[in-house]
Amino acid sequence: MCHTFPALTSDRSSRICSLLYKHGSSMASNSSGSDSSDRQRIAQQRLSVIAGHLQRPVEGNSGILAAECKAQGDKLDVSSERRTVPRRRQEIMKWNGWGYSDSKFLYNKKGQAEFTGKRYRLSGMIIPGLREWMESTFGANLQHKTPAAPILNSSAVQPPTLNEAFLKELKSTGIPFSHDAEDRVFRSHGHCLHEIFALREGKIGRVPDLVVWPNCHNDVVKIVELACKHNVCLMPYGGGTSVSSALECPPEETRSIVSLDTSQMNRILWIDEKNLTAHVEAGIVGQDLERLLNESGYCTGHEPDSMEFSSLGGWVATRASGMKKNIYGNIEDLVVHIKMVTPQGVIEKSCQGPRMSTGPDVHHFIMGSEGTLGVVTEVTMKIRPMPEYQKYGSVVFPNFEMGVACLREVARQRCAPASIRLMDNEQFKFGHALKPQVSSIFTSFLDGLKKFYITKFKGFDPNRLCVATLLFEGDREKVLQHEKQVYDIAAKFGGLAAGEDNGQRGYMLTFVIAYLRVVLGFKYTLVLDICRNVKARIVRECKDKGVQFPPLSTCRVTQTYDAGACVYFYFAFNYRGLSDPVHVYEQVEHAAREEILANGGSLSHHHGVGKLRKEWMRETISSVGMGMLRSVKDYVDPNNIFGNRNLL
Amino acid sequence: MLWSYCHSGTRKSLFNINTRELSEVVVIGSTASLKDEEEFTDILEERRCTTDLGYALRTFNPQPYKGAPSSSTSDLKKAVLESQYLRYIIALETGSSVEKVRQEARGILEEMSHNLQLGFIRLMAYTVNKVFKRLFRSIYVNMEGLNMLQQAIQESPVILMPNHRSYVDFLIVSFILFTYDIPIPVIAAGIPLASMKVVGEILRRSGAFFIRRAIGSDKLYWAVLSEYVRTIVRTGCAPLEFYVEGFRSRTLKSVVPKLGMMDMVLEPYFKGEVFDITLVPISISYDRVVEESLLALELLGVPKPKESTTGLFKASRVLQEDYGCMHVNFGRPLSVRQLCEGKINRSEYNLIPRDLPQRPSTEIQDCVNWVAHLIVRTQEEGSLISPWSLMACLLLQAPITTLTEEGLQWHGLTEKTLWLRKLVLDFRGRLNWPDSDVMSSTVALHHSIVHHKAGRVCLVQDGDPASQDPLSPEEGVMRTAAAVLMLVSYRNQALHVFVRPGILATAIHITKSTQKDELFSFFCFLRDVFANEFIFIPGRASQDFDEACSLLQKCGAVHMSEQEVTVLETGLEVLSFLQKLLQPFLDSYQLIFRYLCENGAHVFTEKQFLPAVQNLATKLILSGDLHTFEVLSSDTQKNVLSALRRLEAVTKLRVNNNILSIADPYFFGKYIAIDVLLMTEIMNKRAL
Repeated sequence: MCHTFPALTSDRSSRICSLLYKHGSSMASNSSGSDSSDRQRIAQQRLSVIAGHLQRPVEGNSGILAAECKAQGDKLDVSSERRTVPRRRQEIMKWNGWGYSDSKFLYNKKGQAEFTGKRYRLSGMIIPGLREWMESTFGANLQHKTPAAPILNSSAVQPPTLNEAFLKELKSTGIPFSHDAEDRVFRSHGHCLHEIFALREGKIGRVPDLVVWPNCHNDVVKIVELACKHNVCLMPYGGGTSVSSALECPPEETRSIVSLDTSQMNRILWIDEKNLTAHVEAGIVGQDLERLLNESGYCTGHEPDSMEFSSLGGWVATRASGMKKNIYGNIEDLVVHIKMVTPQGVIEKSCQGPRMSTGPDVHHFIMGSEGTLGVVTEVTMKIRPMPEYQKYGSVVFPNFEMGVACLREVARQRCAPASIRLMDNEQFKFGHALKPQVSSIFTSFLDGLKKFYITKFKGFDPNRLCVATLLFEGDREKVLQHEKQVYDIAAKFGGLAAGEDNGQRGYMLTFVIAYLRVVLGFKYTLVLDICRNVKARIVRECKDKGVQFPPLSTCRVTQTYDAGACVYFYFAFNYRGLSDPVHVYEQVEHAAREEILANGGSLSHHHGVGKLRKEWMRETISSVGMGMLRSVKDYVDPNNIFGNRNLL
Repeated sequence: MLWSYCHSGTRKSLFNINTRELSEVVVIGSTASLKDEEEFTDILEERRCTTDLGYALRTFNPQPYKGAPSSSTSDLKKAVLESQYLRYIIALETGSSVEKVRQEARGILEEMSHNLQLGFIRLMAYTVNKVFKRLFRSIYVNMEGLNMLQQAIQESPVILMPNHRSYVDFLIVSFILFTYDIPIPVIAAGIPLASMKVVGEILRRSGAFFIRRAIGSDKLYWAVLSEYVRTIVRTGCAPLEFYVEGFRSRTLKSVVPKLGMMDMVLEPYFKGEVFDITLVPISISYDRVVEESLLALELLGVPKPKESTTGLFKASRVLQEDYGCMHVNFGRPLSVRQLCEGKINRSEYNLIPRDLPQRPSTEIQDCVNWVAHLIVRTQEEGSLISPWSLMACLLLQAPITTLTEEGLQWHGLTEKTLWLRKLVLDFRGRLNWPDSDVMSSTVALHHSIVHHKAGRVCLVQDGDPASQDPLSPEEGVMRTAAAVLMLVSYRNQALHVFVRPGILATAIHITKSTQKDELFSFFCFLRDVFANEFIFIPGRASQDFDEACSLLQKCGAVHMSEQEVTVLETGLEVLSFLQKLLQPFLDSYQLIFRYLCENGAHVFTEKQFLPAVQNLATKLILSGDLHTFEVLSSDTQKNVLSALRRLEAVTKLRVNNNILSIADPYFFGKYIAIDVLLMTEIMNKRAL
C-alpha cells in the first residue's frame, strides 16, 4: 500500500502487548514463588551469564575485530546473553523504515489490511476497518502505490573518507569497526520523515565514513582520545530512533566522520537491591534493560514509545520521557549518576547520593546535550520492584474540552495513574479502524450494543467524543481504589468508563501512527486552544500547499503535570499529485511548530532539538542562555570533535 | 472558565488566497475580481410579492459557527461574570467589598447585555420590512458576498463591520441575514437607544447590546464590556456586528476608526483563544439619506434631537418621502490571521496568564490600528457612488452666488457629470449608474436640495416659515451653509476615490515642482495633516503616493518618469478638478490655523473655540475673502483640533476641577494650549 507516508508500512507496533504478556508471567511467578525458588532462579541466571561469557565472541565479520573488555572483568555482570541489537542491525531491522523487517502492514490478496510477522499481538491479524478509514480519511486507495527502493544500492553511497593515522591506531586497540556501505548508511539517519523518504527513494547523502563498536567505557575513552589526536569527527549513535535530524551528518563536515555505535555496551553491570539502583552501560536498548531487570524482579518504569530500539544513552542525551512518568518520573528523575567521556576527559560525580547541593547540577549539562559534548557510557538508574498488578482502562468523554478538563482535575488532585492519555476524536476513529477482525458474532453484537448505548442513549456525538486511556500499576488493592477515584473524577466531566480493551488498544495505537510527532509541553490553560489552533493550522497549510485531500490532523494529550501537559500532534496527508511531498511536509511541520510557539508551547517536550528545531533555540532560551550552552561546548569540546552540530 | 468555551478545530478553510494577493485585493482595490461581485439583487422585489406576515413567520434555520455550543443569553452572562479576568479586576477594585463590586458588575452587565430572541427578530423583520418597502425603491445586496459570509460563519467567529451613515442601517444587516437564513448578529449600540421606551427593549431582544458613551476611566465598566465582547467572539455564539467608526458619520464621509472595540474583538485571536477571526466589511450606500437635513443642522451647531420613542413617531413623516435605493455590499471576508501575519508576535502573551489584564504592546496597538483603518478603507472601496455624488462634487465647484441666484446650466452640468463618471471609472471607483434617465431622476430625488427649472439648477434654501422678518446677513450665511453642507455630505460619498490623486494634484499645484521626491514629501505632509479628515492606512504613504501617480497617469493627466512628474496639457482639466475638490479643506484648515496663531490667547476652551471660528468664518464669507462654508461645520473644526493634537501643535490640559467648577460643566477641564512655534512651522510649510 502506502501512498501516504511510510510509517504505516513500517510499524512500531504493539510493544506494549508483548510487554504485558511478560508482566503477566512474572506476576504469576511472584504470587506463587517463595524465597528459595527466587534465589534458585537468580543463581541459575548467573550461571547462564557466565556460560554466555565463555561463549563470546562467536560472530565476527571480516574487517571487524572482536575485543573483550578486560577492564570490566572484575565487575559483576548480571545480564543475560539474549541481545536485541546485533552489530549488523540490517539483519533484523528495516534499512529504510521503522522496526523489524518482518513486521509490516500490507494489503492482502483480498484487499484487506493485514499486519505481518509474529512479534506483536496484532501480528498476523486482519484489520478490516483500516482500508476504509484510509480511504475516507486521506482519499488513499489501492490503485495509488509508491513502491520503495527494495534494497540498498551500495554504489549510491560515497566512498568513505578515511583518516589513515586514526584508522591505524584504532586497529591496534582491537576495537571492532567497519566501513561497509550498509553499516554506514544505517547510521546516517534517524526516523524523521524526510530521512526515511530519501532512503525509500534510494537517495543517500553524506554518511559516516566509519562505524566503531566500543565494548565498554574504556574503549570509548580510547576512541575519543584518538579522535582528538587525529582530529576526527565523532557522532555517537545509540538506538537510531532520533526524530530531530540529530543523526544527519553535517554536509559541510570535511573531516572523517566516525559513528560511535554504543549498541555493544549493553550490560547491566550491577544491581544494588538495598538502594534500588542499577548501574548500566549506556548502549542498552529499552526492551533489553526492562527484560533483564524484570528477570531480577525489577523495572525502571521508563517506557518511551520507542523503547524497543532506543537506548539508555540516547534517553540521557535527549532528556527523554516515558509513558509511565507519573509513577517513575522522566529520565532526569531516574538518573542517579552519569559517566560521560568528553574530549577534556571523563565527567562524573564522586558519589551516588540522591541529591546534591553543589552548584548547578552538572548532570543537566549532559542531559539534553544531544551528543555535542561527549559519549555517555555508564548510567546509574533508579529501579523499582515490578508492580504486582496492572490494569488498563478507558473513559469516553462527550468532547475533547471535557476530557482536558478531567485531565486537569486529575492532575490537580495529583492522582494521575501510571499513564493517562487523551485522544481526540480523529485518533479515536483511527483506533477504531485498527480493531482486528472480531472472531465471534457475539463480540460484534456487544460492540454494537456499546456503540448504541454511548451514542444514542447517552447522546454522545460520534464526531465529537474522545477517549482517555488509562494504565494503573501497583498493588491490587491500591490499583482498584485508585481506579475508582479516577473514574469518579471522570464522571464529573461526563466521562463514561469504556472498558479495558479500549484502553489497551489506545496504547497499541502509539506504535502504529508514527507520521509526524511534534511533542511539546504546555500550560494547562493553553491546551485546548493550542490543540485547536495547531490542528486547524495544519489543515489550512496543507490546503494552501496543494494537498488534494483533507489531511489527518490530530492530537493527543499524553502527559499531565501539575502545571501543564504534554501534547502530541500527528498529521498525515495523501501526497498524490504533489511534486515534492517532503517539502510540503516540511513546510507544514514548520508552520505547525510556529503556531505552537506562538500559542505558548515549548519547542520540544522530549524529542530534543537536533538540527530540525535549532532555528528556534535562541527564541526559546534567550541569547544569554545560548551563550551559556555555547561556552560549555567551547570548554568541553573546543575542536568540535563531537561535531554532529545538534542543539546550538 | 476557558475550558468550557473552546471548540475543536475546523476542517477546511475559506481563505485560500495567499497574503500577497490579499493585500492587493484589499488595499489597492482589485479590478478583475470585483467585476464578478457586482451582481446586486433587489431583495425588496421578492418582499413586495409576498405577505409581510408570511415573511416574518418564515422558517428560520441558520447554520451556525461549527464548534459553537448553543448557549443562551444567561449562559453568556454567567460566563462573563465568572470569568477569571473579571475576578482579577474585581479583586483589584478597592474601596468597597468584593460582593458589592460583583453586584455592580452584574448591574453593568444587565444594562449592557443583549437578549436575542427569535420571536423579536420576527417582529423586527416584520416592521423593518414594512418600513423599508415604504422608504426605498429597492435594496440591493450582492449575493456573492452573502454566500461568502454564509460559508465564513461556519468556519470561524465572524465580525460584521458595516459603515454607519443613517439610523436606518442599524437593523438592515439583521434583516438581510434573517431573510437569507444566516445567524442573526448581536450588535453594539450606543446606550441612548436603550433608554427609548419599548423600542429599546425591542432592539435589545433583536440582538442589540448597549455601550455607554464616554466610559473614560471606569475600569470596571471597561472590564465587563471587554469580557462580554471577547466571550461572544470566543464562543462564536453569534456573529458580532459593530461600527468601527464609532458613530454615525454626520458628514457621510468615513470617520477615523475607533480602536477600543476593535481591540477587544481581536484579542481572542492574539491570545490564541480562537484559531482565526473573520472580518466582514460591509458598505452601505444610500441614494438619499433619511436624516440629511438634520445632519447639516447638527453640524452647524443645532443639537441633534435626543433619541426617544416619541421622537421616533414624530419622525414618521419621513415615511412619506422617496429615498431611492440602498446598496448593501458585503465585502470579501478577511482572515485576521492572514492580516496579522508578520505584523505581530503572539508569543508576547506566553509569560503572563492570559486572564490577567495587561496593556497590549505598541506592536499590537499598531496592528489593531492598521486593521481598523484597513476595514474602513475596504468599506469605502465597497461603497457605491451615485450620480448625485458626482453632481454634488461639480455643483460645489461653482461660485456660491451662481448656485443660490441664477443657477447652473443644466446642460453643462450633465456633460461635466458624464466626464466625471469616466474619471471615476478610471480611478476604479464603483458606480451606481442606472441606465435610463439618470440625471434628471436623481435631481428629482433630491428636490430638497436643488431644483431644476428652465435648464438651470439652483440650490434650495429652506426659508423658515415661522419668521417673516428679513434675515440678518449672518443668518443668511447660516441658511446657505445648511444647504451647502447637505450638498457637501453627498460630495463626501465620492471623496475616497479622489483623495489620493487629489492630494497629489494639490501638491503639484502648490509646489509647482516636477521632482518626484519633492512631490512625495509634500504629499506625505498633506497626508499627515489630513489624516483625521480622510482615511489613510498607516504606514502606506509610499503606496498611496504610487497609487495616486498611477491613477493620474492612467487618466492621462501626467507623465511619469523615474524622477519626474510632468503635467500634460490634456490633464489640466482633471488636475484642476481634483485640486478644487480639496480646496475647501485646505481653506478651512488654513483659516483655523490662522485663527489660532493670530488669536494671541494661548489657552482657550473648546467651548470658546468653536463659536469664535464660526464667527470669524462668517465674517470672512460675508467680506468675500472665504469661499467655503465647510469651515462652519463643527466636524471640520473638531478634525482640525484632533490633527493639531496629533501633530503636537496643540495639547489638551486637564485643569483641577475645583477651580473651574463654575465654568460650563459640559466642557470644563477641556482646555487647550497651543504651541505657537509648531503651528507657525506648519503654516510655513503649508505656504511653500
